[in-house]
Amino acid sequence: MSISPEQVRHVALLARLALSEEQIASFGEDLNSILGHIDSIQQLDLEGVEPTAHPLEVVNAMREDRVRPGLSREDALLNAPATDGTAFLIPQIVGPGGDEA
Amino acid sequence: MSIDISSLNASAIRDSIARGDFSAREVADAAFARVESVEGDVHAFLQLAPELAYDAADRVDASVVAARADGVNPADVLPALAGVPAGIKDNMNLIGTNTTCGSKILEPYQSVYTCSAVQRLLDAGALPVGKCNMDEFAFGSSTENSAFGVTHNPWDLTRVPGGSSGGSAACVSAGEAAVSLGSDTGGSIRQPGAFTGTVALKPTYGRVSRYGCVAFGSSLDQIGPFGKTVEDCALVLGAIAGQDPMDATSSDVGVADYAAAARTGAREGGVRGLRVGIVTDLLAMDGCAEEVRAATVRAAELFAELGATVGEVELPSAQHGLSAYYIIGPAEASSNLARFDGIRYGARAEDPADVLDLYMRSRAEGFGPETIRRVMLGTYALSAGYYDAYYGQAQKARTLIKRDFASAFEDFDVLLTPTAPSAAFKVGEKSQDPMEMYLNDIFTIPVNLAGNCAISVPAGLGVDSGLPVGVQIIGDYFAEDVLLRAAAAYEGAVGFDSRPPLVGSL
Repeated sequence: MSISPEQVRHVALLARLALSEEQIASFGEDLNSILGHIDSIQQLDLEGVEPTAHPLEVVNAMREDRVRPGLSREDALLNAPATDGTAFLIPQIVGPGGDEA
Repeated sequence: MSIDISSLNASAIRDSIARGDFSAREVADAAFARVESVEGDVHAFLQLAPELAYDAADRVDASVVAARADGVNPADVLPALAGVPAGIKDNMNLIGTNTTCGSKILEPYQSVYTCSAVQRLLDAGALPVGKCNMDEFAFGSSTENSAFGVTHNPWDLTRVPGGSSGGSAACVSAGEAAVSLGSDTGGSIRQPGAFTGTVALKPTYGRVSRYGCVAFGSSLDQIGPFGKTVEDCALVLGAIAGQDPMDATSSDVGVADYAAAARTGAREGGVRGLRVGIVTDLLAMDGCAEEVRAATVRAAELFAELGATVGEVELPSAQHGLSAYYIIGPAEASSNLARFDGIRYGARAEDPADVLDLYMRSRAEGFGPETIRRVMLGTYALSAGYYDAYYGQAQKARTLIKRDFASAFEDFDVLLTPTAPSAAFKVGEKSQDPMEMYLNDIFTIPVNLAGNCAISVPAGLGVDSGLPVGVQIIGDYFAEDVLLRAAAAYEGAVGFDSRPPLVGSL
């Protein structure tokens, strides 16, 4: 099946990628080419075959529910693009715009 | 004294240090001297770690001194990889280094903890030379998708080293490190191993903890070693394998003595009676170079000469592996890469209008084209209306591939295929057509989908290309001991000198 520019734009929004119209066109072309190669999988008769989500027959890996040391606040914030030293800073996401909005 | 790292394997380095022939510090000197002389051409590393390496060397040298003072033979107390210079793929965290995954979005990222496999490697005495170049987030088969420049193949600098673990392969091939760690989601250890004439092992899913390795495809990813010899890979696997409380998918299956298995294989009669199946339908696939096919057929003959029982086998569903993989891999990747949002780590777009704009521009500006392609493909395959047609079908095809392997391993102990359809290609040769690049992994992908183990062993130089060609030996779940025994026997029969002549003369 072929994927339209409209669908490419929708997928980019779902994937949280701000793509230019030029990128929408070129990635759309790539996706269509790749899907053209892998579409054969839709023709396979897989009626009644169980899906495999995981290669091993694993059971739940249980452990004791015990408190262990994790990352320090300093380490957790070390790589953040914006912090106030105690928390990650982000643009306002709820409520009316504040003074800085 | 001057030490030639490129001529020494891991156990020779450890034993020489134990005997006092040279110190671990001298090994580090030799490794960094080698880096100095070849790295400008090869570009295997994104970051060097001399401080960490010399600290590790000093610890090894101190334990040699301490052992002698106690009247103990250092050979009896040094860990398995004492003083062995090692490269680490840059998707594995190591405190004191950045972890970039070859991506602009993670360029400034400093590791705040250490990956379990890397920690185990260091606990075994290895010297961390540095962090190795890779295709961005491990998406690729050439390292051309790295945001920080391509790695060049030490056998021919105009060619790629393969990928995504291209830097890890190239640093061993070029003699900058004796061993290295890579990760393999669809062939990212084995294919660069084949391209660079190194031995490259993808262990069984769950054999090695992935804690601290940046996730790509969580049901497919596995960390594994590169080495110049099968025994070196076995020594590294022995150091890094085993259950880890920090990774719930790591297995509690017992860890065998892999190095002993490799030594057994190298001995006379080491594979007598071993059942080896050559996978004829994969071998007949379109697009496989004649020299690669010939090397694989020759491998089967060598196994027969070594006393193994060789037969033919087919994996009829493996032909759907590529389609299933390019749905499942991107689907899992698109979920895993959702964490790169410009909030907690990584680059953030300037002056965002709101949080959605922040997410969307940070990601689009920080990700390279192949990463965007895979995230888009995965998001599409998982989106409403297409999930059953793509992801659901792919998971069912995966079941058929698992069944094929299960049935093959009823009759055989190991299977033989080529590792990659050709020898190393030129830089730029395949980078314009994503599908052309994906076809590189046609022989390696089925193993990731099924989850068992496989190794690429150099088969010598291709009769047409004059470049290294690899043969893939595939083993059953957690049968790395059998796999390494077979691989060592084959390695001995081939007698390949894994040193690229080019690098010696640089």
